Amino acid sequence: MIHSLFLINHSGDIFLEKHWKSVVSHSVCDYFFEAKEKAVDPEDVPPVLQTPHHYLITVHRDQLFFLSVVQTEVPPLFVIEFLHRVADTFQDYFGECSESVIKDNVVTVYELLEEMLDNGFPLATESNILKELIRPPTILRSVVNTLTGSSNVGDTLPTGQLSTVPWRRADVKYTNNEAYFDVIEEIDAILDKSGTTVFAEIQGVIEACVRLTGMPDLTMSFMNPRLLDDVSFHPCVRFKRWESERTLSFIPPDGHFTLMNYHVSSQNPVAIPVYVKQNISFFESGPCGRLDITIGPKQTMGKTVEALMVKIHMPKAVLSANLTATQGNYTYDLPNKLLIWDIGKLNPQKLPNLKGILSLQAGAAKPEDNPSLNIDLRIQQVAISGSPRFVSTYNWATVFSHCSICFSPLCTGLKVSRLEMFGEKYKPFKGVKYVTKAGKFQVRT
Amino acid sequence: MENRQFGSKMTDSKYFTTTKKGEIFELKAELNSDKKEKKKEAVKKVIASMTVGKDVSALFPDVVNCMQTDNLELKKLVYLYLMNYAKSQPDMAIMAVNTFVKDCEDANPLIRALAVRTMGCIRVDKITEYLCEPLRKCLKDEDPYVRKTAAVCVAKLHDINAQLVEDQGFLDTLKDLISDSNPMVVANAVAALSEIAESHPNSNLLDLNPQTINKLLTALNECTEWGQIFILDCLANYTPRDDRESQSICERVTPRLSHANSAVVLSAVKVLMKFMEMLPKDLDYYGTLLKKLAPPLVTLLSAEPELQYVALRNINLIVQRRPEILKHEMKVFFVKYNDPIYVKLEKLDIMIRLASQANIAQVLAELKEYSTEVDVDFVRKAVRAIGRCAIKVEQSAERCVSTLLDLIQTKVNYVVQEAIVVIKDIFRKYPNKYESVIATLCENLDSLDEPEARAAMIWIVGEYAERIDNADELLESFLEGFHDESTQVQLQLLTAIVKLFLKKPTETQELVQQVLSLATQDSDNPDLRDRGYIYWRLLSTDPVAAKEVVLAEKPLISEETDLIEPTLLEELICHIGTLASVYHKPPSAFVEGSRGVQHKRISGNAVSGESVESPDNGSAAGVTEAPPAVIQSHGDLLGDLLNLDLTPPTTTGPPPPSSSGMQMGAMDLLGGGLDSLMGDESEPPSIPLRTDTPSPQLPHQSPSPPDYSPTELGGDLGGNPAMGAGFGGPPAVMPASFNAPVGGGLDDLFDLGSGVGMPMGAFNPPKTVWLPAMKAKGLEISGTFVRRAGVIQMEMNLTNKAMSVMTDFAIQFNRNSFGLASAGPLQILTPLSPNQSIEAALPLSTVGPIMKMEPLNNLQVAVKNNIDVFYFSCQYPISMLFVEDGKMERQVFLATWKDIPNENESQFQIKDCHLNSDAASNKLQSSNIFTIAKRTVEGQDMLYQSMKLTNGIWVLAELRVQAGNPNYTISLKCRAPEVNQCVFQNYESVLKN
Repeated sequence: MIHSLFLINHSGDIFLEKHWKSVVSHSVCDYFFEAKEKAVDPEDVPPVLQTPHHYLITVHRDQLFFLSVVQTEVPPLFVIEFLHRVADTFQDYFGECSESVIKDNVVTVYELLEEMLDNGFPLATESNILKELIRPPTILRSVVNTLTGSSNVGDTLPTGQLSTVPWRRADVKYTNNEAYFDVIEEIDAILDKSGTTVFAEIQGVIEACVRLTGMPDLTMSFMNPRLLDDVSFHPCVRFKRWESERTLSFIPPDGHFTLMNYHVSSQNPVAIPVYVKQNISFFESGPCGRLDITIGPKQTMGKTVEALMVKIHMPKAVLSANLTATQGNYTYDLPNKLLIWDIGKLNPQKLPNLKGILSLQAGAAKPEDNPSLNIDLRIQQVAISGSPRFVSTYNWATVFSHCSICFSPLCTGLKVSRLEMFGEKYKPFKGVKYVTKAGKFQVRT
Repeated sequence: MENRQFGSKMTDSKYFTTTKKGEIFELKAELNSDKKEKKKEAVKKVIASMTVGKDVSALFPDVVNCMQTDNLELKKLVYLYLMNYAKSQPDMAIMAVNTFVKDCEDANPLIRALAVRTMGCIRVDKITEYLCEPLRKCLKDEDPYVRKTAAVCVAKLHDINAQLVEDQGFLDTLKDLISDSNPMVVANAVAALSEIAESHPNSNLLDLNPQTINKLLTALNECTEWGQIFILDCLANYTPRDDRESQSICERVTPRLSHANSAVVLSAVKVLMKFMEMLPKDLDYYGTLLKKLAPPLVTLLSAEPELQYVALRNINLIVQRRPEILKHEMKVFFVKYNDPIYVKLEKLDIMIRLASQANIAQVLAELKEYSTEVDVDFVRKAVRAIGRCAIKVEQSAERCVSTLLDLIQTKVNYVVQEAIVVIKDIFRKYPNKYESVIATLCENLDSLDEPEARAAMIWIVGEYAERIDNADELLESFLEGFHDESTQVQLQLLTAIVKLFLKKPTETQELVQQVLSLATQDSDNPDLRDRGYIYWRLLSTDPVAAKEVVLAEKPLISEETDLIEPTLLEELICHIGTLASVYHKPPSAFVEGSRGVQHKRISGNAVSGESVESPDNGSAAGVTEAPPAVIQSHGDLLGDLLNLDLTPPTTTGPPPPSSSGMQMGAMDLLGGGLDSLMGDESEPPSIPLRTDTPSPQLPHQSPSPPDYSPTELGGDLGGNPAMGAGFGGPPAVMPASFNAPVGGGLDDLFDLGSGVGMPMGAFNPPKTVWLPAMKAKGLEISGTFVRRAGVIQMEMNLTNKAMSVMTDFAIQFNRNSFGLASAGPLQILTPLSPNQSIEAALPLSTVGPIMKMEPLNNLQVAVKNNIDVFYFSCQYPISMLFVEDGKMERQVFLATWKDIPNENESQFQIKDCHLNSDAASNKLQSSNIFTIAKRTVEGQDMLYQSMKLTNGIWVLAELRVQAGNPNYTISLKCRAPEVNQCVFQNYESVLKN
């Protein structure tokens, strides 16, 4: 199983190491550094490396490398999943996952790692359980602790540890009982030069934020569940109910969690919200080129496209860009050869355009590689009078009756039809928000 | 943990600011303070110092004093300290034992669990002794949290002192925990047992039967995601009794495909892929299952890049085994601009594997797009992929070639070079079709600076010398810098010029002289020199023969060049999700240490988990470090025997490359000598097997003396003691000239000669009449089977006893027990006139469809000619199926022999055999029956032998030979006992001929 963990920053310093069995010398990381030298970008370092006596399995998160050492045959996905879980836990505890934060909380980090793994076997990785074992640091608590002498380590057996719902802690109490769900769909797409879709698919996720007292049992049903044929669930979801009734039935964890991921494959038609007309060309003679990009709405389901942004990776020879944008601002990041055009809201009446001259290094040959455009955008549900997160006085029924007369803004048209709660007597506030975003949305030139 | 928990630069935390002098003294005072809070802060400071590498071991007694506290955090911190320093201060660590033992009885289960957990992490012998009693109690604790922690603790203790764990009976307690009522306890027990089992191959620790499987499946639904992984990986080792059980397990595992944890998903895929093999393909459920597998695999590709990478490596295996699962999902493998390079390269591979006529246009468009990207490695692979498409999808070849020509026009150096390398392959696949492009290729001759591209270009020039007017000039231009070229280019150049000479002898005599002298006189590369000499002699003795050899028609290259060999693929499918699956190497090839890994095979009745194979030499370079095998004392005879033979500890020597049978013979008999000559120098030589004094030899059977091939040489070396001695005691003085032809040089020669026969010492039955003329309208077929250098051939004599000419011969086999199928067409090119007879050799493969025959070695054949179709059946000696690497390691043999149940053993008598045991052993070895050990008890020689069938089934044998008694006794053990009868018959025929 997992033998050791090393945390390494971008400049190659090992700033934390933890061993769950015997100590492995940190010289084992040299093999990793060697691979890192060879890679063009830090994210290009292969995740599984073989050394004479060990395997190194690495994930790259938040500018840090989480490098684990294993000695025997271990499923690498198991290790990778676990490492991501470690990073998630740091994020969860300290608000960010960075070198300085980890160093600031080194004793807590150390205690956490000790609780998460025993002899290389995962022990407690659920946020709820960990928080019962080791309370996250807060300014308030450290003041209280100093005054009262109490500790930030729990001294009872974490209740979730052995129950059949390990993800939920017992005795949860709230004065305001709320359950919010964000249905977010990301479009991954590749469009070719002419604007034809080469490939497009949807990655959907339902993020939940549930603050409900006691042991609520929730049921969520959809208007059109047949869209969901490729799903993965949080362990709390009862799979049998899903198979037979196509409803999500679950006792939710407390706080934020991902209820479900779904995937709508490239075989289904996917609505592409914008089109891009572009022409980037370099002259055979003379060290310059021309750029002309226009973006317009395509299938937006009647909603406004917001937070529109175009990123272009320029060929190495491009020195500067002298362009005019009819809307928004552009910047050219010379060291990374990245042209960013921040457009904002897309106005269908007046299409944004970016046009001008690119100048190349003197004497440089005409670039061989074609730049590629990456698009960011966001479409939000506006029909339910603002985001329900801010309307917690709305009761659920209102939100949904309102909802059923408007179209879902999602590419797939997925819609939640009802959400019911059993097991508890109070009436919770409930809300759903729909968001469509560009994921890896790429236009070739 | 030697004082180095953390690296440098730890400046931020408040615990790191104490740098003044007398720091230790101050901490000591604080640790002994009466105030709880002060104590805790002090321990925190100590821990923080420890983690930055400061030595705070001097505080050991003071810290341990803080251990007796109700404050859980303080206790945990002290435990952290203890785990760190106990090893360096074992005597003082004993001070902590009492507290540990007391804590193990605490009323709070969390404390009990924590104590037993920490004790297991302290790797000090004295402490582990005290651990046993508390551990025993904790394993039976009423609280499941304590039990599950204790289960892991057994694995820890086993790592420190395996013997202790066995003596204390903890393994049995652990096995009982598989039936625990709490799913997490079950999962941890499985995890602990799996880890322990890794160091005990064949130990049957995880004895899976339908009852335990049922318990595991119940726990699977209720335990944590990590527990699910352990349980699924364990399930994958089980072999269901029938397809019904298979299906019911699959049904219960399928819901795991929707888990958010990708490791759970992939482990579930493994179980399903394996158990699916046992389902009949016409079952409705089979199709349903296939459909269910695609979406989760696709979903894995939207995860983080690291997860994608592992998923892609596994999908690569899955599409080779079952292409139908993902055949409609081509698009998800399209490369995205911001994918990391390691993901891009893997996606490309899978795109090629999924390419078919239906989607080839899309694929080509993508590949062309990729070939303009920035990353050089990726562009190269994309160009190469275009070539692979051409070879794989014939209809697309023309489009691929024109795409490649477009790319050559870009003049981007590395693109041009890659394109030329793949065009060479296209020429070989579609001869006489695209040679018109040669002129374009020749234009780029000067820009080629990579050996592979230069070699490819030279090959093209040599192969098509007659169409290129200035071929001699082109080749001559390469000759100038001959010695600066890489070997690959030199060899190609040599061959190309010889080809040119044979095609245009008049103008190129000088050139060929020049290259031959460069290769033979001025080079010290043995491959090059040997090839040069061979050409030289060929050309000088018989130019016509030379022409036949050098310009022989080359076999077409296969459609997919880099498919994983089927048996390896089968094994890897059973290891989906493991490191083996990421590296596409058998698990035995690289798992650290001697910890063997059970070989897994899928086929229903075949053996699963049968043996541990010695690591594959080729792939293991530098990774496998087999420590000396320690044989534990076994009371029985077999154990004694193996101890005898093993007195000097052996290491796993490199097994011979499976491609050539003759190497095997030579290597085994010569022991380590040849290994060290041919193989990796660092490999310690293995100990020659037969250390006893060889008894006088019977004359060695030697077929056709003029063909004195290295095989013969090898065979005699071992078989004849005089010869062996003649070669000198230390085999390291083997003459280099012997070594060289065994290596690459000879392989090359065989390529040239395309099928120079290699008589083996193996027994081949004489030809018998299979199809009498009266039953087949005048066609008489007699034949036999031979195995040469790992290739099975059916040798036939076809005689035309009718009055008319026979043409259009073809042959086909019915499904048979071992999947024998013809590996090529029946080569009878000329019509067979009346009264004429012709010999034909048909190479056979063992990857055909399988159906159990009665008798097992029965083969039903259909032969067609212009007159009719005729059917006959014949029986092949089962030794045809014995592979060259069928020699089992001794320890494995022992373990396997014990492991195979006694009811699978069969005993036979071989009568009237007058060989002594050594001669018998030699004879058998030439049929790939390998003697692993020999023991003599009261004048009776016992030979322990192993052989491996092409489908991976091992057969173990004990052959008893009594001096002066012509009757041998043979016991055969095999997991598939139905082969025993056949094997026995084979022994009889080999020994009596």
